[in-house]
Amino acid sequence: MGETEGKKDEADYKRLQTFPLVRHSDMPEEMRVETMELCVTACEKFSNNNELPPTRLPPTSLVSLQSAAKMIKETMDKKFGSSWHVVIGEGFGFEITHEVKNLLYLYFGGTLAVCVWKCS
Amino acid sequence: MPHKQPPPRKQSINMGRGTRKRDEDSGTEVGEGTDEWAQSKATVKPPDQLDLTDAELKEEFTRILTANNPHAPQNIVRYSFKEGTYKLIGFVDQLAVHFTQVGNLIPKDSDEGRRQHYRDELAAGSQESAKLVISETEILEEEEEPKEVEAGSQTDVPIVQASQKVAEEELMTPKQPKERKLTNKFNFSERASQTFNNPLRDRECQMEPPPRTNFSATANQWEIYDAYMEELEKQEKTKEKEKTKTPVAKKMGKMATRKMTSLESQSDDITKVTQAAKIVERMVNQNTYDDVAQDFKYYEDAADEYRDQEGTLLPLWKFQNDKAKRLAVTALFWNPKYNDLFAVGHGSYDFMKQSRGMLLLYSMKNPSFPEYIFSSESGIMCLDMHVDHPYLVVVGHYDGNVAIYNLKKPQSQPSFRSSAKSGKHTDPVWQVRWQKDDMDHNLNFFSVSSDGRIVSWTLVKSELVHTDIIKLKVEGSTTEDLEGMQIHTVACGTAFDFHREIDYLFLVGTEEGKIYKCSKSYSSQFLDTYDAHNMAVDAVSWNPYHTKVFMSCSSDWTVKIWDHTINSPPFPTAGPRCSSMTSIQLWVTWPGHRTRPLCSQQSPPTGRPTCLTCPSTSMRPSATRPWWPERRTSSPTCSSTPSTPSSLWVMTEGTSPASSSHPTCERCRRRRRARKYRRGQPWRSQNWTNC
Repeated sequence: MGETEGKKDEADYKRLQTFPLVRHSDMPEEMRVETMELCVTACEKFSNNNELPPTRLPPTSLVSLQSAAKMIKETMDKKFGSSWHVVIGEGFGFEITHEVKNLLYLYFGGTLAVCVWKCS
Repeated sequence: MPHKQPPPRKQSINMGRGTRKRDEDSGTEVGEGTDEWAQSKATVKPPDQLDLTDAELKEEFTRILTANNPHAPQNIVRYSFKEGTYKLIGFVDQLAVHFTQVGNLIPKDSDEGRRQHYRDELAAGSQESAKLVISETEILEEEEEPKEVEAGSQTDVPIVQASQKVAEEELMTPKQPKERKLTNKFNFSERASQTFNNPLRDRECQMEPPPRTNFSATANQWEIYDAYMEELEKQEKTKEKEKTKTPVAKKMGKMATRKMTSLESQSDDITKVTQAAKIVERMVNQNTYDDVAQDFKYYEDAADEYRDQEGTLLPLWKFQNDKAKRLAVTALFWNPKYNDLFAVGHGSYDFMKQSRGMLLLYSMKNPSFPEYIFSSESGIMCLDMHVDHPYLVVVGHYDGNVAIYNLKKPQSQPSFRSSAKSGKHTDPVWQVRWQKDDMDHNLNFFSVSSDGRIVSWTLVKSELVHTDIIKLKVEGSTTEDLEGMQIHTVACGTAFDFHREIDYLFLVGTEEGKIYKCSKSYSSQFLDTYDAHNMAVDAVSWNPYHTKVFMSCSSDWTVKIWDHTINSPPFPTAGPRCSSMTSIQLWVTWPGHRTRPLCSQQSPPTGRPTCLTCPSTSMRPSATRPWWPERRTSSPTCSSTPSTPSSLWVMTEGTSPASSSHPTCERCRRRRRARKYRRGQPWRSQNWTNC
């Protein structure tokens, strides 16, 4: 599928920008909801409004992604136990080993993908 | 290794023994005069000692002493996080600690050591200085004397200097620590004690690590985009569904879609559980009623061989529902497609007491609870299921209405209903029957009622449109009223049946005992009239194999077989034997493979369903065989299974449970229709079936 969008689709798509779409998860229900909300909070908090010197960088700066990931990881560590790992980005592939029932992989904001897992 | 003798302590056992060996090794030098000692020291062979030969005695065994700790484990396994498995540790620590004591020696050169040394020196210095001072002063005096001799010393001067030094010494003493108290055993005693130190033990434990799995995915812009598009489509679909719902529900649906998708999975769980629960319920029921199911298929009473002209009925199941209590069963019908599903119509035959009605559909797979429950305001008198659309059930009510229920839709109300405006009957509808779809592919059914009308109902654009097919006029009763219009008495129709092959041809039975042969195209005239019975005709039924023949049964306790081309008294049939009077209900069926008419009757006061057969291939009744059930049922409404062999379904009035019995004789299939009551008069119905 290409990136061409009809007008209606574009409007709908933009409406979905703040809609977190869980791609894969094997967490228990409450844990998942909490983690999702945390990710949304973190991404929104650190969503970048700064101007960036090089124009090639995507709108979401790397610095803010890192801060968001840091916030998520530290909160998860406190809440659910040690050794959480968080990856936020727009284009990456991964293969991870995670503890069972401790993985959440979601899309957010139309461009971001967040992967959170626990492995001590 | 030299053979070791047992220690001397065993000697007490073997004092009686005479043999004593003395070994050079173990023998000790014993003083003379102590024979007892010698004896006590002599070695004695215990009774269970091995007797070895000399060669074996001289055999040498090598023992290797190692420094390994015998208590150390030999196979320690540790979980290696790097490799993700348990691994054997090659080297096990053999150190065994036997004794530990915490000591208080510190090295001289360390900080603490030096500090202590300094402190000790100070303490020691203060004591010795007192002694040394005196000697020092002497030395000093000696040293100063020669000095002061130069200055023209006097004897006083050294004394003065000495006294000065003494004064200095005295001055010095307060700076130093006090002298230690002399400890002697008269004023000082030491006491010490040591509490028991609990021995220390090392304990180790390693838990299994939490289970892990791998997961891999790619996060690309196009993947994200695709996922969002999918989500959009889903939301649109749910929106469309919600458009059909009420606005309130629509709002709720929107809210739900706006919420996170985690909620979607919850609704799936509920539906999954209902399906599974249904299956489990059926399983439990089948297990409970397993013997009944076996009887249903295979019961055969050997005693029937010896019972002349009589058989047995074995009651099998009882279907009942709390909601249908106190309602009589008025109609039974088997689903043409699903052989285990049958419909039960509940109503009341009592003219005075009319209450609500119910339509229940049971499955034989679950005898404890009906599959579908519908309730209606008026009692249900008859029902029929469409052959092509087995989910459509048409019912006729006591108040003259007809209604169609759609089993596919989970509504409790009928999909379509007639009303006073749309031409409902004015009297109870006694029979309804689906017809073939008409030219426009609309669903179509007929109904017959006591108001003398046979009406064809068509489902046009979700509306029931009625067409009067024929009005049952009593012949010869036309009179002229005041205005010159012809009024005729209307007969009350009670039963009808349609010919299998000739589409337009059908029979109608009336309360007056006449049977009319009618055509769908002629609305005013009958093709033929048969004076069938003295009392009301309960049922008429065409023979499916001999298409000219039909059967009628009536409340006058007769079953008659007719040829429709001959308008004369029919083939003689025997009046069935019955044990009691008033109301008899006859169900007539044609068992297929022998084309022999079979009828069953039931007399209500005694409530016994009886099955009669005319075992003649030439359609001339030779004998009738009544079937007496083993148990009395309270009151009658009978029906029979169309597809399963030889089961008779007996429904009882009042409590409206349904019990099924299995007539065993001859294993013919019979079908009996439900008996209908009308104002205390028994109605009969008949049906042809094939085995």
